[in-house]
Amino acid sequence: MIRSMAFLPGNTPNMLINGDSFGADALILDLEDAVAPSQKDSARILVRNYLRTHKDHSGTLVVRINSTDTDYWREDLQAVLPERPDCILPTKVDGADMVRLICREMEAIERACGMETGSVGLMPLLETAMGIEQAFAIASASPRVKALVLGGEDLTADLHSKRTKEGMEILYARTRLVCAARAARVEAIDTPFTDVNDMEGLRADAAFAKGLGFGGKLVISPRHIDTVNEVFSPSQEEIDYAREVLHCIAEAKENGLGVVALRGKMIDAPIVARAQQVFDAARTIYGDIF
Amino acid sequence: MSKLTASIKDALVSAGVRDGMTLSFHHHLRNGDAVLVMTVTALRELGIRDITLSASALFQVHAPIIAAMEDGTITGIETGYAGGDMGAAISAGKLQRKAVFRSHGHRPADIEGGKIHIDIAVIAAPTSDPEGNCSGKYGRSACGSLGYAMPDAQFADRVIVVTDNLVDYPLVDFSIPETQVDYVVTVDSIGDPRGIVSSTTRITRDPVGLRIAKYAADSILHSGLLKDGFSFQTGAGGATLAAAMYLKEIMLKKEVHGSFCMGGITGYLVDMLESGCFESLMDVQCFDLTAVESLRKNPGHREVSATQYASPTAKSCIADRLDAVILGATEIDTDFNVNVHTDSRGVIMGGSGGHSDVAAGAKLTIIAAPLIRARLPLIVDRVNCISTPGSTVDLLVTQYGMAVNPLNRELEQRLRDAKLPVVDIRELQARAENLSGRPQPLIMGDRVVADVLYRDGSLLDQIRMKELL
Repeated sequence: MIRSMAFLPGNTPNMLINGDSFGADALILDLEDAVAPSQKDSARILVRNYLRTHKDHSGTLVVRINSTDTDYWREDLQAVLPERPDCILPTKVDGADMVRLICREMEAIERACGMETGSVGLMPLLETAMGIEQAFAIASASPRVKALVLGGEDLTADLHSKRTKEGMEILYARTRLVCAARAARVEAIDTPFTDVNDMEGLRADAAFAKGLGFGGKLVISPRHIDTVNEVFSPSQEEIDYAREVLHCIAEAKENGLGVVALRGKMIDAPIVARAQQVFDAARTIYGDIF
Repeated sequence: MSKLTASIKDALVSAGVRDGMTLSFHHHLRNGDAVLVMTVTALRELGIRDITLSASALFQVHAPIIAAMEDGTITGIETGYAGGDMGAAISAGKLQRKAVFRSHGHRPADIEGGKIHIDIAVIAAPTSDPEGNCSGKYGRSACGSLGYAMPDAQFADRVIVVTDNLVDYPLVDFSIPETQVDYVVTVDSIGDPRGIVSSTTRITRDPVGLRIAKYAADSILHSGLLKDGFSFQTGAGGATLAAAMYLKEIMLKKEVHGSFCMGGITGYLVDMLESGCFESLMDVQCFDLTAVESLRKNPGHREVSATQYASPTAKSCIADRLDAVILGATEIDTDFNVNVHTDSRGVIMGGSGGHSDVAAGAKLTIIAAPLIRARLPLIVDRVNCISTPGSTVDLLVTQYGMAVNPLNRELEQRLRDAKLPVVDIRELQARAENLSGRPQPLIMGDRVVADVLYRDGSLLDQIRMKELL
């Protein structure tokens, strides 16, 4: 379960060393935007060593590689893939062909290293208009794809629109991406909230994304992690309701009843499915206290 | 007869200064102080030798007196803290005699008990009248409280007040009364206001510091101590002030009305007072201008002496009434002993200040520090210098979780029940060493350059010579 995915610049040892203390469900070791061209080499080495010394990391480790229109992405993969990160996050993915290109490169490296092919997943970052329009094709292009991730900043530039806190300009992209991801049975991760100091704005933005169906959100500041985790966790009210629904259904089954109602409302299959999702998520997050 | 004297040198002569005496100084002007260096310069000009400096703390700004340590003007130092080049000079063996470190509470206890006999107290005062009624609350060099100077003024044989803001008699709102003062000297400037107090106190934005602060505040929340009447002390640096920020949020949300905050007062603690989190601030030292202004105006913000703050031999003291304190550390060992005296090279870089006093007095003592600092692990097998005994420390909080002293089982259970990330201190140590490697053992010289005394007068540790290359 990934509620928060936090970026850590691949060229800053202090952030890398402390990265897993911030409570993010997934860490993105960044070789792309956060790293200047002159530091790409050293960042690769640092990230490779980080992966090597964090084999027992309890969360998900993801590496953001440079886009396929640069000279860096193959070297990025060659440096980090042998250290078995959980996923690669390729950028500016705009179609299934790009996914397949990256997958071929990954497979070649996996074979060369004696790794099981397909063992490292993909979380394509969709941050172009074409990428959004191709979302389902991208999500379905390979079984490696575990999630679609929205990059709202680059997308708005491509849309010729202005990025706002309200986010109406990316509403279509958000809903399109969620729908494509869910149709392909992969996770949907929302774009980051970029005002580091606006905690109320962050909470509202994350809650809106959760309402649209996103399972989690990118995070650019460690200070945002707690809030994002909180928003994307089931609330006590949701957990209580899910418990009631599941209890009601179990009781109905025991008594041989086909149709049941709770709080005056029919409990049908979608409600049960949603209750089970909430129940499973709560169990994952809260463990035995739940 | 007028107490006004033309210069510090004249006042020293009038006070009967001679070889072998002990002169005392307070550190309320912190890293902006000019009075200590001016006084030592006068001593050298007078050819006085073999002086013991009893200073409540020493900072980088005092480094010019290292020359007086080398030429035998100053042969002994008794202090609570030696920062910057002052600590390095002591470590390098530049004093003829061993330095003596006492805590901020132990110093007044030994002054009052006669173990420290002050021949002449030189008191920098941001404002004074001609008879020596003086205060730190007013003037361009305002520093707020003069709490550390109070026992010196009371017990020294001779007291010289040095000011750069002489006002008409009487200065009504005095901190030190004329009855204790022998001489008053006016100088152009007692110090640089930029080094005395900061204009504002900023809370860290460092995510590691904020994580530690959040854990520290959460541990107080679940300790069982956070209820009406709660009392608290924290420092002005890094994570500790951020912990106060989180604690304020918790106290307002839970409508907890605390009793008092002790300090080391910052604008942030003033804000907590004004927000209703606490009834009062007990102030032995101000760290910023907001605190100075509050001390001047708010009757709930009270200046207190070092004796009342933390003296173990006083009939009672504030440190013993504290519920929770958050303190820092340069090193902590697996028995929870804390080092705040020496750095990773074994060189003196600070001192206890009130660290060991409040650790002993408070019901809950929290050490908040990053697990790795400049690629060195915080937790070691044995600290280079014991500043605060582990038996008085309850909890270590780092960004990777918190370790409870096994002596406090109840606290451990409470924190575990609250699902806070409680881990064994050795697990935290292993985690840090996994990331940073295990540091090489320090190689120290044979000569002891400083004794570290505990607040009961016992010898807590000794610091050996370490000369930097």
